[in-house]
Amino acid sequence: MLMSDSSAAVSPQICGTPALRRKNLGAAGPEKFTAEFIQKQVEEFEIGKRHLANMMGEDPENFTQEDIDRSIAYLFPSGLFEKRARPLMKVRLSADLCFPPCEAVQWGPDGRPFHFLFYTGKQYYYSLMHDLYGRVLKVEKHQDQLRAKGLFPTEPKQIALGTSRWLTKEELEARLVEPISSQDYECFIQLLERLVAMPCCSLEQQFVMSHRQQLEAQSMHQVVPPLQKDDAGVDFSTAEGRRKTSRGSVVVRDCGAGRLTVNGQDYLHYFPVLQDREQLMFPLQFCGLLGRFDLDCSVSGGGRSSQAGALRLAISRALLSFLPQSEGEAMRQAGLLTPDPRVRERKKPGQEGARRKFTWKKR
Amino acid sequence: MFGGPQLNYPTVDISLPLHPLLYHLNRKLTPSEVSFYLLTASLRITFFPKLQLKPVLTVSDKILDLPLEKQDLFRVSELFTVKDLFDARVHLGHKKGCRHRLMEPYLYESSLDYDIIDLDKTTEHLRRALNVTAQTAYGGGIILFISRRRQFCHLVENTAEECGEYAHTRYWQGGLFTNAHVQYGPGVRLPDLVVFLSTLNNVFQQHVAVRDAGKMNIPTVGVVDSNCNPSLLTYPVPGNDDSPVAVELYCRLFKTTINRAKDKRKQMDNKHDILLKSIK
Repeated sequence: MLMSDSSAAVSPQICGTPALRRKNLGAAGPEKFTAEFIQKQVEEFEIGKRHLANMMGEDPENFTQEDIDRSIAYLFPSGLFEKRARPLMKVRLSADLCFPPCEAVQWGPDGRPFHFLFYTGKQYYYSLMHDLYGRVLKVEKHQDQLRAKGLFPTEPKQIALGTSRWLTKEELEARLVEPISSQDYECFIQLLERLVAMPCCSLEQQFVMSHRQQLEAQSMHQVVPPLQKDDAGVDFSTAEGRRKTSRGSVVVRDCGAGRLTVNGQDYLHYFPVLQDREQLMFPLQFCGLLGRFDLDCSVSGGGRSSQAGALRLAISRALLSFLPQSEGEAMRQAGLLTPDPRVRERKKPGQEGARRKFTWKKR
Repeated sequence: MFGGPQLNYPTVDISLPLHPLLYHLNRKLTPSEVSFYLLTASLRITFFPKLQLKPVLTVSDKILDLPLEKQDLFRVSELFTVKDLFDARVHLGHKKGCRHRLMEPYLYESSLDYDIIDLDKTTEHLRRALNVTAQTAYGGGIILFISRRRQFCHLVENTAEECGEYAHTRYWQGGLFTNAHVQYGPGVRLPDLVVFLSTLNNVFQQHVAVRDAGKMNIPTVGVVDSNCNPSLLTYPVPGNDDSPVAVELYCRLFKTTINRAKDKRKQMDNKHDILLKSIK
């Protein structure tokens, strides 16, 4: 308003030197694009597409992106391995590459910013905090009104937060499209906790749940082997298990005998040590089904202990098809269904073993 | 020059070209000022050639100069009375120990060591401040509300949103004004007026934006309590900045003036559009 010269000055400068007018281009951040610039680029792309179609002798009206890619690959053959380094003719308006949303210019043609909190620097984060605080005040006002009328609930309905967790800092940053410091994130979570702790918070249930992530129950990932019926009408199921280098598979039959066969031999012969037999029996003992099933096992590789562990995992997995889901969940929590990740660590050069170093001599 | 208030000292009634530096002046020039202006003309032409360009008076210039020609075009003096200020506890200052030396001219007296701000001075300053805000909003300028008081953060942000202007009631990052090209991006437009609802920050020191706005030649309007420093503000308004009633009053006044000014501008633009269409 005070300027007689209205070209690209930031503030009303009464006097200026060439040093002030020189823009420090290196210090500025990534280049920002106005909406008109993006629009112009899209128009130029359309014109170029029609030229390309004419060059290739095809119909400009029905020239799709695949045709463009094919034509460019024909006209500019490239031997480069990296696909992203090859010549490309594409307009990508999403957050992928060309014009991601955070790089768009934040003000209109007259210079006025679009967002009322633009001058804070972190407009989206602060507008979220402003919105959240407004909701806290609204709930407080509602509570005061209820108290004034005498209708304040003695057992207020709380929001169910059991099966979900708050958004992580990375998820929040992805949502707001701008970086957040850890202090900002903690302030945000504190304010949300404050909202949730209020008695009448069920007013803002939808808003709170939109900032929570549902936790998936681990038991839903468990794959239950199918229950099959053999010719004699006996239910059976098959499962596999492994431990270290051993691979074992087991067929569990619902006969009611309690027999155990390993690699054709009786288990007492194959596993003379009590510890290995205990490992085999543990899943059945845990579920209280010791005498009910017939087990036909086959195992190879590894030593006696790892073979026993492999068979234990296979038996637990096979038992899942005979048990209800709650018992299966109990087995998962007991650790019967988790494959043991421990394998032999390699020997490193300069050391005697995986961890053992050579004897250190002082002199 | 264009029908200002009646003054006691001798004035000269010649029409000078409107100088950018004199846009904030709403009174006639004294003879000494006129002679100074004419004598320094040669110096000004040598060193500041661009400022000597006589503005070409187009229709939009006539619209922009309307508030400078009429006294109190936006009827800002009708918005509040001394009684309103008293009821909103604007006259209450801090204790004698907190008093800033430069606030002594604005204080009426101190009873039981509590400072009382002179409401006559407050009305005069507040009218001037509201006039400036109205003229800035009328000309399409950007107004930024600043307050670092946590109690009133939400209120100030709501006020700014409702009148279509901008607010900053959060932690002030270092170079927001002085390093604007790096902070926001090249080609950013800084605010044309900064309004402080409280000039102090959370540790009772002067807000950095007061000094930075001064550095960037941005006019500032600020509510100064008896413990604040009014020297760097262009249009200080002595008054209480701690009571919720007082701050709500200020927010209401600023919002009303800005909305009035914007409506007036829209009205003038529409009138001129109709005129142009009828000529064609």
